Amino acid sequence: MVQYSIARLDRSFAALSDATRRGVLEQLGRADASITDLAEKFHMTLTGMKKHVAVLEEAGLVATEKVGRVRTCKLGPRRLDDETAWIEAYRQRWAARFDELDQVIAELKRKEKVDGRQKRK
Amino acid sequence: MDAKRESDSRTKAERKSERELVVTRTFDAPARIVFEAWTRPELFQRWWSPKSFGVVILSCEIDARTGGGYRLVMRHGDAKPMEFFGRYLEVTPPSRLVWTNDEAGDGGSITTVTFEEQNGKTLLVMHDLYPSKEALDAAIASGSTSGTSETFAQLDALLAAR
Repeated sequence: MVQYSIARLDRSFAALSDATRRGVLEQLGRADASITDLAEKFHMTLTGMKKHVAVLEEAGLVATEKVGRVRTCKLGPRRLDDETAWIEAYRQRWAARFDELDQVIAELKRKEKVDGRQKRK
Repeated sequence: MDAKRESDSRTKAERKSERELVVTRTFDAPARIVFEAWTRPELFQRWWSPKSFGVVILSCEIDARTGGGYRLVMRHGDAKPMEFFGRYLEVTPPSRLVWTNDEAGDGGSITTVTFEEQNGKTLLVMHDLYPSKEALDAAIASGSTSGTSETFAQLDALLAAR
């Protein structure tokens, strides 16, 4: 299994919890872009987009490089985190289902016990 | 909260290979009971979509026999209903269920669930086998980068609930 630290995963989740930031990742999956390009594409101010990119960079999902006066963004070195986060979300989804399933099973067990007692009578 | 955490950690999930996802969990009941909860539609509907998902089950048909089919219709918020359907390739009560996931077309996985009873408890292993590495990568990528994906809607809900 892919090992990960909870702190790192939390950062990834926080970074991915915002629709704009997920959009930025999607965009960078197609092509590298400058912060100005991204701000235009997402109808945001430069400052707003810089903040989003900083969060993504902190989580390792995006890497930036400044050449002259232009800061170029591309997908970060930790692509694997995408998969790790997905699997963790998938696991949580099943854990939530199984908690519900526990309730149904407990009820069936109780019912079987009662029915068993009635049969013995 | 602690009890919830504990139950949460009992569910394990991993990408076992390029084409496989595996989820495991132990239940405090004999296999026949766990199996029943997976194959009777009125029971299945009660746990498949917990409230936290924000997904409502509109209809659920399960014909749990080898060669039988299933069809599940669900809706997330105001979005248009999603259909999930397939065939049961194998139904062996109370130990094994195998079904296809046909809504995804050729990229759909084959799901095998085994129920292994030991001392009155049941180890459940759910195994999803995708037709290729690319198909599983695509399933993960569509959930990882698409802003409208169901998985991230759920992730958002989980984060909001923290």
